[in-house]
Amino acid sequence: MEKFVSDLFTWLPHVGLTHFLIVSAVLFALGIYGIATRRNAIMVLMGVELVLNAANINFIAFSRYGGVNFDGQVAAIFVIILAAAEAAVALAIVLNIYNRFQTVNVDEVSALKE
Amino acid sequence: MELFDVVFFVFAFITVASAFIVVFSRNIIYSAFSLLFTFFGVAGLYVLLQADFLAVTQILIYVGGILVLMLFGVMLTNRVINVELKTGTMNTIPALLLVAIVAGTLSGLFYTTWKGVAAPEATLTSTTKTLGSMLMTSYLLPFEIASVILLVALIGAAMFARRKSKA
Repeated sequence: MEKFVSDLFTWLPHVGLTHFLIVSAVLFALGIYGIATRRNAIMVLMGVELVLNAANINFIAFSRYGGVNFDGQVAAIFVIILAAAEAAVALAIVLNIYNRFQTVNVDEVSALKE
Repeated sequence: MELFDVVFFVFAFITVASAFIVVFSRNIIYSAFSLLFTFFGVAGLYVLLQADFLAVTQILIYVGGILVLMLFGVMLTNRVINVELKTGTMNTIPALLLVAIVAGTLSGLFYTTWKGVAAPEATLTSTTKTLGSMLMTSYLLPFEIASVILLVALIGAAMFARRKSKA
């Protein structure tokens, strides 16, 4: 246990691959929390964006630290493209839901029609 | 600690702290605006990882595009007569437990597996040219598919969000 703690304190100030990965793990967990707990559909979308950003940090961190190649960065570009498309379509759906049900709370919109 | 480490901790703190506000704030406007700082923090991390093109793309698309879209969504789906736009939460305790377990497990895995990995030496060059030529050679097919998906998604979204005339 003491060895683990002293390891932790020698590891912490020298930023390496793990630091980026742990930031992305925290971001991912927060995103999942937002998706699971929020009732407003737009807040759920914000949680999804957090998760996508966490994945992107992982892609780029591994592309930097796993030998210098750019495959990870290209993957991150595709993630960003799809995130933009997803946000547009999801917001269109949310607007339609609002027009029909006068609410965007996901737990109240459980029927396919009125 | 070198300058690199200090800058990393600053950006990591900005990212994680504003992500906390996004998830835990009761006011949806506060959430949307602290999402802005999360995106900026992530862009800073990209710069530290020598991904300059992606950092700029992040700011352009996420902050300039997706976040503005989110704010439009917030404004169009709430009656903005009252300034306080509260949103409710549900299943808080189980979600908190689950998320703590997920974050702990992932961090532990990352820490034990890749603790000693050192950064390979890399000269600081712009990545834009390399990424552009990769998109036009080895990633040409995914690139074209992504562009078609983007076109279809945007046309579909425009069709979908259009106010229907009540006949």
